[in-house]
Amino acid sequence: MLHGYGPAILGGLWVTLSAAGLSLAVACLFGLAGAAAKLSGARGLRWLAEAYTTVIRGLPDLVLMLLIFYGGQIALNALAQRQGWDYIDVPPFAAGVLTLGFIYGAYLTETFRGAILAVPAGQTEAALAYGMRRWQVWRRIVLPQMVRHAIPGFANNWLVMVKATALVSIIGLDDMVHRANLASAATREPFTFFMLIAVIYLSITTLSLAALAWLERRYSLGVRKVSF
Amino acid sequence: MDWPVISQNLPAFGQGLVMCLKLLVISLATGFVLSVPLAIARISAHRALAWPVWAFTYVVRGTPLLVQVFIVYYGLAQFQAVRESIAWPLLREAWFCAWLAFSINTTAYTTEIFAGALKATPAGEVEAARAYGLSGWTLYRRILLPSALRRALPQYGNEVVGLMHATSIASTVTLVDVTRVARDVYANHLLPVEAFATAAVIYFALTFLMVGGFKVLEHRFLRHLKPQQAVQR
Repeated sequence: MLHGYGPAILGGLWVTLSAAGLSLAVACLFGLAGAAAKLSGARGLRWLAEAYTTVIRGLPDLVLMLLIFYGGQIALNALAQRQGWDYIDVPPFAAGVLTLGFIYGAYLTETFRGAILAVPAGQTEAALAYGMRRWQVWRRIVLPQMVRHAIPGFANNWLVMVKATALVSIIGLDDMVHRANLASAATREPFTFFMLIAVIYLSITTLSLAALAWLERRYSLGVRKVSF
Repeated sequence: MDWPVISQNLPAFGQGLVMCLKLLVISLATGFVLSVPLAIARISAHRALAWPVWAFTYVVRGTPLLVQVFIVYYGLAQFQAVRESIAWPLLREAWFCAWLAFSINTTAYTTEIFAGALKATPAGEVEAARAYGLSGWTLYRRILLPSALRRALPQYGNEVVGLMHATSIASTVTLVDVTRVARDVYANHLLPVEAFATAAVIYFALTFLMVGGFKVLEHRFLRHLKPQQAVQR
């Protein structure tokens, strides 16, 4: 039924998953930095983070990807030319991961900011009163407790991001969508292949939701539930 | 930087904007009309009504829009029955397929938004309405829907902006929207920064206008939910 394209599609699944996973890691870095900047006392940092989240969330993912991928390529090579380096060909995988991470970092900034604010300020004050340093307060008190508040938003972003990896095929990432495109062009059975990857995306969503439910239970162990 | 090329192409960008807005408006209208009854079915106590709607929104929300567009535009043509059906002259058209895919997609998201808002109706409102003798259709039309649709307004605004951004995917199925114009300018002149930055400015301006528009609507329709301010003397 798949005319021998099954293994190729599964290989594409691996590309999709690793792109999504790495993008999530990059997005977390941008998100934490953004949240820290938004909550910091420095007005310049706050303004920068505000501009970052407003602009990114005001633009379509696809346009941002095209802008960063093609624009970044040109900017990088202008720099290379000035420095006398060879022509640099940015690999689509790295470009896609960085771009997705940068975009979803803006969404995670808001998630993390809300989660950090949800940790009662009294806890930070108490920890400081015990003589902990700023980063100790952050690592021992704020971070473990903000995770619980961040999980729903985090999971939501993950689900949206997995689906957004499909767009990276447009800038040349050799993922499931790209391979399904090739396979359907060769076999003239586009419905079969696009349906197949739709089913695979749906399975990723389903598994992610199950993992989310487990994580939420795990991080809410110490929280009393209200029963009505 | 080569901005004269962009100013030469501004009319094309304008036409792309019109295409983007047309797609947005017809998909939104379709999505709204379908979502209200589907949301009512989604929260129904009858499993046979609620379950299919749940399955529909789960499947659509769990798959990428790009793949949905490809299934409709490229996929359906695989079947001879489709190619011989009376719908084929329409299904052959890229704009029809884009409309179909966008409508299905936004219907799923909007249904969940409306269903959530309906579920959040205070029980007392329904009790009071029943005490007044309202039931069935009248209860929905006079009590549940007006308050639920208002409550859904902020999230619905997000969905509208999201769908506006999503119309950029139409550029992958030969439709000449803002993104496609930018990609063509890039391909013809190799000016990626200028071309995509112009598209970005257009989308950003649209986002800004829509967010502002929804702020005005929220101010108008959600006034009753605002905290009361003490009267100044």
